[in-house]
Amino acid sequence: MSKSIADLEEMARKCRVEIVKMVHRAQAGHPGGSLSEIDLIAALYATRMRVRPEQPDWNDRDRFILSKGHASPGMYAVLAEMGFISHEDLKSYRVLGGVCQGHVDMKWCPGVDFSAGSLGMGLSFGMGCATAARLDSSERRAFVMIGDGEMQEGSVWEAAMAAAHHELGNLKVILDRNRIQNDDFCEEQMRMFDIPAKWKAFGWNVKEIDGHDMTQVMEGLDFLEAPENCNGPSILIAHTVKGAGISYMENNPSFHGAAPNDEQFHQAMVELGEVEA
Amino acid sequence: MTRMAATRDGYGQALLDLADNPKVVVLEADLGKSTKSLHFRKAHPERTVSCGIGEQNMLLVGAGMAASGYIPFASTFAIFTERAFEQMRNGVARPNLAVHLCGSHGGTHTGTDGSSAQSIEDLAVFRTLPNVTVLHPCDDVSTRILTMRLADTKSPSYMRTARNKTPVLYDDVDPESIQIGKGIELKAGNDVAIIACGVLVSESLKAADVLKQEGINASVIDMHTLKPLDGQLVDQMVERCGAIVTAEDHNVIGGLGSAVAEHLVANKFAPLEMVGVPDRFGESGQADEMLDVMKLSAKYIVAAAKKAISRK
Repeated sequence: MSKSIADLEEMARKCRVEIVKMVHRAQAGHPGGSLSEIDLIAALYATRMRVRPEQPDWNDRDRFILSKGHASPGMYAVLAEMGFISHEDLKSYRVLGGVCQGHVDMKWCPGVDFSAGSLGMGLSFGMGCATAARLDSSERRAFVMIGDGEMQEGSVWEAAMAAAHHELGNLKVILDRNRIQNDDFCEEQMRMFDIPAKWKAFGWNVKEIDGHDMTQVMEGLDFLEAPENCNGPSILIAHTVKGAGISYMENNPSFHGAAPNDEQFHQAMVELGEVEA
Repeated sequence: MTRMAATRDGYGQALLDLADNPKVVVLEADLGKSTKSLHFRKAHPERTVSCGIGEQNMLLVGAGMAASGYIPFASTFAIFTERAFEQMRNGVARPNLAVHLCGSHGGTHTGTDGSSAQSIEDLAVFRTLPNVTVLHPCDDVSTRILTMRLADTKSPSYMRTARNKTPVLYDDVDPESIQIGKGIELKAGNDVAIIACGVLVSESLKAADVLKQEGINASVIDMHTLKPLDGQLVDQMVERCGAIVTAEDHNVIGGLGSAVAEHLVANKFAPLEMVGVPDRFGESGQADEMLDVMKLSAKYIVAAAKKAISRK
């Protein structure tokens, strides 16, 4: 908790640089969702996650499950910042034999707790981790990040119902509400109506924040950890912007799963303060 | 008088036997009374996770627990395991997490519920997944032993059990003779080998008796493990008998017959006749009626054996 808001913002900026570099180098991948989630994941790892980068399989570590596993560049960038992998490893993103597989994979990358990539699976896996922690009488928590489009998968709601039924206070979800999915805006693909009300109706503790305001992000993480919210599962609904931080990617469905060209890459590095205009 | 029992009872008993291991946990999807995991739940409610009627969630809760050091046994009807196929594929098999999935009430033998409940594809679909062991034992004794052996494995599995009672074949048998991946020769012959699994093993023994009366000596193999297939035993049968019949209460596409065929084409070859559900859906009927309707009962195995021999 010794990191200042400015420190966290700088960590997230460096991660944004790595995200754009990874996707540009591979000329494939998912920059939009990586940029929308990154402030949240960076703050979570830097200030809350009880992990040992030098011992990634430490049994009593907190688990983090990136259920929107295609947004892997964001997670890889944070794992490199935390020391689970090297910054050199980031060059292996989508490369044959690389630790940075296209979608996060627990068999390939130290620090990855679940092999995601198929939407709607992470919350159930997190419920299993939380249930095991309870059986072990361990203090470890399971943090799960899901996407908003992902909530269209029915299995998310199986897990939501089951986790509340079992009062899993050690299960913490962060929703990256970036409003865009593969084909288009979520509102065009499948309207979601009142998302907080849905989760409340399923028996969850709910809080909404601006997922790019680092002060609010810290308040949101406080909410997830607060003892009064450990009576059952909690969800932090983070309102975000797809592609956040790169002007031409922001709110642009085209950059859900597309790489910038060389010119766009240069512009991104300028916008992130890495190079002069 | 032969003792009759259902393989699902062997599964339920094995879970109780395994309960001494504190890492064993049971996952249910509202069918514990049917799959027989209820005995474990009653004895160890703290290690039983109700997932409601939500098979997709159940498989991945199991994955999360397996990744945390537990040994999850999850069960539902065989037909509903198929609903969670992609969870089994992406969340269990791919990361090679030792979740043990049991599908009870498999096959058309399950009877009067009709075709919606009669899984005829489960063995085929799970056999296609890397890392997954696929089992379909024939009696409660072998089901109990094989289920207990699964707890010591480090990879996931799918086991089909059956709803209805069938003859018990392994009372008083040395448990060491029942091993994952090793077929068992129940009857030795040298004219034709009948390789069967599940409820059709006892039908195959009946068929062998009929053939014997006609002067044909049939070998009968209980191939309780479809994957990994005991190819060595298949090779022995090819050499000794020169004609093979497979028998399963499962679509002829993708199950035991296909597994044996895949082996034969790459090894020593022999004529093969496959007794299985003839690529059609079932209907409501008693278990024995279904075996006749689906052309799976002993008389069809007899006919297939004669045809295989004629093709030598």
